[in-house]
Amino acid sequence: MDFGAIHEYLPLYRDALFLTMRIGWQGILLAFVIGLAATIILHFRIPVLRQLTSFYIELFRNTPLLVQLFFIYFALPKVGLRITPALCGMVGLGLLGGAYMAETFRSGLENVPLIQSESAASLGMSRMQAFRYVVLPQAVSSSIPGLVANVIFLLKETSVFSTVSLMDLMFTAKDLIGMYAKTVECLFLLVVFYLIMLLPVSILGSIVERRMRRAEFGS
Amino acid sequence: MQSLGLDVLFKGTNFLRLLEGLWVSVRISLISVVISILLGLVAGVLMTSKNIVLKAAFRVYLEIVRIMPQMVLLFIVYFGTTRVFGWNLDAEASAVIVFVFWGVAEMGDLVRGALISIPKIQYESAEALGLTKQQTYLYVILPQTVRRLIPLSINLVTRMIKTTSLVLMIGIVEVLKVGQQIIEANRRTSPNAAFGVFAVVFLLYFLICWPVSRLAGYLEKRWAA
Repeated sequence: MDFGAIHEYLPLYRDALFLTMRIGWQGILLAFVIGLAATIILHFRIPVLRQLTSFYIELFRNTPLLVQLFFIYFALPKVGLRITPALCGMVGLGLLGGAYMAETFRSGLENVPLIQSESAASLGMSRMQAFRYVVLPQAVSSSIPGLVANVIFLLKETSVFSTVSLMDLMFTAKDLIGMYAKTVECLFLLVVFYLIMLLPVSILGSIVERRMRRAEFGS
Repeated sequence: MQSLGLDVLFKGTNFLRLLEGLWVSVRISLISVVISILLGLVAGVLMTSKNIVLKAAFRVYLEIVRIMPQMVLLFIVYFGTTRVFGWNLDAEASAVIVFVFWGVAEMGDLVRGALISIPKIQYESAEALGLTKQQTYLYVILPQTVRRLIPLSINLVTRMIKTTSLVLMIGIVEVLKVGQQIIEANRRTSPNAAFGVFAVVFLLYFLICWPVSRLAGYLEKRWAA
C-alpha cells in the first residue's frame, strides 16, 4: 500500500464525500416530502391524484435508479427539460425514495388500529384533526425502523450518481484508478469513505430501533 | 414520432438488440438468485446457531452487505482482485460473485427471520415425537418456513434484477449500454433518439419487475395466515 498516494488522494475523496452527502441528503429530504404527500393522497382517497400516485409508486419501485437517472438526464432534455447533474441526482433520488417512503408510511398507517380514529371521531375531532393529532404521530413512530432502512438504502444508491457525471466517490475512484492505476489504494479509500458516510447512520438506526422496541414493551 | 426518436427503435434489429441487452442482466440476476437462495437457506440455518464465533462472523458479514453499496463491491471484485491476486475474472463472473455475496446475506437474514418466527412448540412437539434434529428441520420446520419465504424470495428476484443494471459500470454490455450504442449510431439521422430509447428501457424494466412484485404481494397476502 502506497501511503503517499493515499495522502495525496485524501482531499479529492473528501470533496467527493461532501458532494455525495449534500446531494444525498437533499434527495432524502425530497423523498420524505414526496412520500408524505403521496401517503396523504392515498390515505384520503383523493380521486384522480390517487390513481396517479399509485402508478408513480409502482413505476419507481419497479425500476432501477440508474435507469431513472438516465431517463431524467439524457432523455428529458430532448423534450426541452434540461437540468444540471446535481439537480438530476437530487430529483432522481427524491423520486425513487418518495415511492419507498410512501410504502413505509402506508404500512405505518395500517399499523394504527382503527379504534384510534374512531375514538378521535367520538371526541368530536374532524377527519383532518384525527389524522393530524392522533393517527399520524403513531404511524410515524411505528414506521421509524422502515424509514432508517430507507435512508441507508438511498445513501447506498447515491453510488450511481457518477453515471450522470457527478464527481461523487465512485467517480473519483474510477477516475483515479484510470489515471494512476493505484487500484488497491483507491479502492481502500473508497471503502473507508463509504464507511464514514454510512456507519454512523447504521449505528444510529439500530439504537433508535432498540429504543422503539423498549417503548413497545413498556406499554 | 420522428421528433421523439421512437422511429430508431424499429430500425433494423434495434429493438431486438435492446431485449438481448436486457436478457444479459436478467440472466445474471437469475443465476445469482438461484445460487443465493440455495446458499442462503444454509446460511439462515447457521445464523440461528448459538455459537458465538459463528454469530459474530455473520453479524460482520451482514453489516458489510448492509452498508457497502453493491457498486463498491463490484469494483473491488472486478478491479481489485486483478490487481491483488492477479486473477483475470471476466465481468460477468465478478457480477455473479458480488450478487451472490449480497443475495446470500439477504436470503440468509430472511430465512433466519422465518425460522425464529416459528413457534418453539413446533420444535418441542417434534422432539416429543422422537424426531432427530435433521428430521425436525426437514419435515417440520422447513415446510412452514418455505411458505413464508416464497413471497420474500420473489421480491429478492425483482431487487436483484434492478440491481444488476449496475453491471454497466464494469463494462458489461447490457440494455443501457446497447441503448447508448443505438443512440450514438443514429446521432445524425435522429438526434432525439435518447428520449425514445431510454423511455423504452425504463418501461421494459417496469414490465419485467412489476408483475413479479405483484405476484409476491399476492402470495404474501394469501399466505399471511
